[in-house]
Amino acid sequence: MPRLKAITELFDLRAQLQAARAAEKTVITVCGGTGCQASKSLAVIDEIRAELKRQQLDASVKLRITGCQGFCENGPIMVIDPRNLFYCRIVPEDVKEIISQSVAGTEVIERLLYTDPATGKKIRTEAEIPFYRAQDRVLLSQNRQIDPCAIEDYVAIGGYTALAKVLTEFAPEAVIAEIGASGLRGRGGGGFPTGKKWASCRAAAGDEKYVVCNADEGDPGAYMDRSVLEGNPHAVLEGMAIGAWAIGAEQGYVYVRKEYPLAVAHSRQAITQAREIGLLGANILGSGFNFDVQVARGGGAFICGESTALMASVEGKVGEPRAKDVHTVEDGLWHRPTTLNNVETWANCPSIINNGAHWFASKGTEGSKGTKIFALTGQVRNTGLVEVAMGTPLRRIIFDIGGGAINGRAIKAVQTGGPSGGCLPASLFDLSVDFETLEKAGSMVGSGGMVVMDEKTCMVDVAKYFLAFLLDESCGKCVPCRIGIDRMLEIITDISEGRGRPEQIPLLEELVETVQETSLCALGKTAPNPVISTLRYFRDEYLAHIREKRCPAGVCRELIAYVIDGEKCTGCGVCLRACPYEAIKGAKKEPHIIDALACRKCGICSEGCKFEAITISSGGVPCYSM
Amino acid sequence: MSQPSIETIVGDRKSQPHQLIEVLQDIQEVYSYISQEAATAVSHYLGVPLIEVFRSASFYKALSLEPRGKNVITLCTGTACHVRGSNPLLDQAQALLKLDHDHGGTTKDGLFTVECVNCLGACAIGPIAVLNGVYHPHMTSAKLTSLIAAVREAEEMRGTDAQT
Repeated sequence: MPRLKAITELFDLRAQLQAARAAEKTVITVCGGTGCQASKSLAVIDEIRAELKRQQLDASVKLRITGCQGFCENGPIMVIDPRNLFYCRIVPEDVKEIISQSVAGTEVIERLLYTDPATGKKIRTEAEIPFYRAQDRVLLSQNRQIDPCAIEDYVAIGGYTALAKVLTEFAPEAVIAEIGASGLRGRGGGGFPTGKKWASCRAAAGDEKYVVCNADEGDPGAYMDRSVLEGNPHAVLEGMAIGAWAIGAEQGYVYVRKEYPLAVAHSRQAITQAREIGLLGANILGSGFNFDVQVARGGGAFICGESTALMASVEGKVGEPRAKDVHTVEDGLWHRPTTLNNVETWANCPSIINNGAHWFASKGTEGSKGTKIFALTGQVRNTGLVEVAMGTPLRRIIFDIGGGAINGRAIKAVQTGGPSGGCLPASLFDLSVDFETLEKAGSMVGSGGMVVMDEKTCMVDVAKYFLAFLLDESCGKCVPCRIGIDRMLEIITDISEGRGRPEQIPLLEELVETVQETSLCALGKTAPNPVISTLRYFRDEYLAHIREKRCPAGVCRELIAYVIDGEKCTGCGVCLRACPYEAIKGAKKEPHIIDALACRKCGICSEGCKFEAITISSGGVPCYSM
Repeated sequence: MSQPSIETIVGDRKSQPHQLIEVLQDIQEVYSYISQEAATAVSHYLGVPLIEVFRSASFYKALSLEPRGKNVITLCTGTACHVRGSNPLLDQAQALLKLDHDHGGTTKDGLFTVECVNCLGACAIGPIAVLNGVYHPHMTSAKLTSLIAAVREAEEMRGTDAQT
């Protein structure tokens, strides 16, 4: 494609691409994101290509491979347009039938349709799926329309229009005013007003400034940044270019986790394509504005999601944070003024410029504007990415979109905000999800992870899990975080292993305060959150562990025992063979028994038992039926 | 197949200390670990003190100072995978491969390395296990057992092929 030298050339190209797109009659859209690839979507895609050729449809049918659409659980997913026919969990063997019956023909293959887990009904079109219908997919809807490896697709849906608009119509201050008026706040967890950040960085002294995209999505259980960067990298680049224009930067960095290989590859490719066409580099669209972007890969350290640690890592150093008495907008990357925003924040900027601040501010609550993507995971029927307006009640996300609990067990809590967030009990599910409300309740929006937990989840174990995670990820620079987390984990481990004493709870609460108040960076300051919130809402579970030496959920290994019900056991021997520790004994066709001394309580035996004969008991009380 | 030298991997990034993490990651990808020789060479080419190279190599989880096994099994232990039972899977892998380290490790014959990762961003299809870069969604203990058995079998076949 030729290099674009003027804004009119971009508009001409867009008109051309749109005309070509309008001429597409039948379009097969298949997801090629990380989740669907794990479910072997690449084999399906190859088969579709081959089959279209075999049936001589390759000229008349467009096959579009998109990035992640956030419905990973049902992958590989496929939509056939214009009928909007939705097929899921496709295997390569289905392809021939799909092409002949639903692409060449007009039939519907019932077995490949999506079944709504709530009603058990088969659903034909993508638009009717409750998981999608209850959402407001502003950002994610773009992922559905474009091939992330083709800049043409992004331009065709209006991509880079906002950059062109900014370069011709907006002075840098006007851009900042517009972003400020939209009420956009940082999507990475901090929730800092984006316009304010940009204004401080523009005002900061210095000729050389930088913009950085934080795609080091280390929060386990959140993957919206992966999805957006992987599925729509140009939106992030366009947002960064707009930000660079506003603050006066000429160089940008995308810092992306190496655990997201597809996001690394797609952002690199997008940069190359944008350079080729003249949307990155010197004199963009003839405006005199220069801007280029480089990719830096994260090395698998959670702390590098913290802005100062991230910048140290981009500089090739160990990712240790520093005190932020001077903010990074003044003294950031290589001691230059730097604006760092999260993937989702950057990706929101082009639509704000295109549609106006008023449009963005019309969604959401008083203090939290726009839509936010959440990663709904855990013990819920529909898992995936959920984009809703800020202020949507938790209940709507978990039950209307998520479809409620799996296996009919009761939902006990939802963990929001990752290791820095907290656990909210089911009694608070009417709370609206926005920055202020969740913080008041002792949790946070964070980067948008939402892990649903049912009665099979032990809250002491959850607190222990996050502390172990944070202990491992603490960089060790400051004492409160390095040692405080270790001591808190020590106490929680005592409790979970039956050595807990009542006086340890006040001690824990004292430690919580010290770590919160005195840690250097946000990792340490928020590290006690999972402990505080579980203590606040699930104190009875802690007390059961301490007083009765009992884990009500049947999770904490030292407090539980696996038992075989002699009446249900048929002596089939499946568990006996499955046990890696040879702890199960018994003759064929006779009830088996578990040797409590050899049992390591891994649960493999119960997983394979068809007769539900293996149960867990704790303190002599049965925990839950498997 | 010959591996590119450290100098080739460094390429045009010589004397650019800020490229340290990027270069180390590229070396890790090719050699699967950062050897003493590699660290010394990187220190020389980039102009970074050796101690800084080791500091980074030991700080970042993506970098390993020990050679890894021929087959790498990565288990996701992110929150979503944790509540869906990634812990028992790790235990099982440890037991099947007779590893005594807490969070994985390498088998004595160098055939397997088991390691954990905090999140792969594929939470909806967890628990996830990755075998040599290939994602295996919805892991169960039975699936993990057969996965390990399949690798063993393939390795044994290769072994007998080499002998004959």
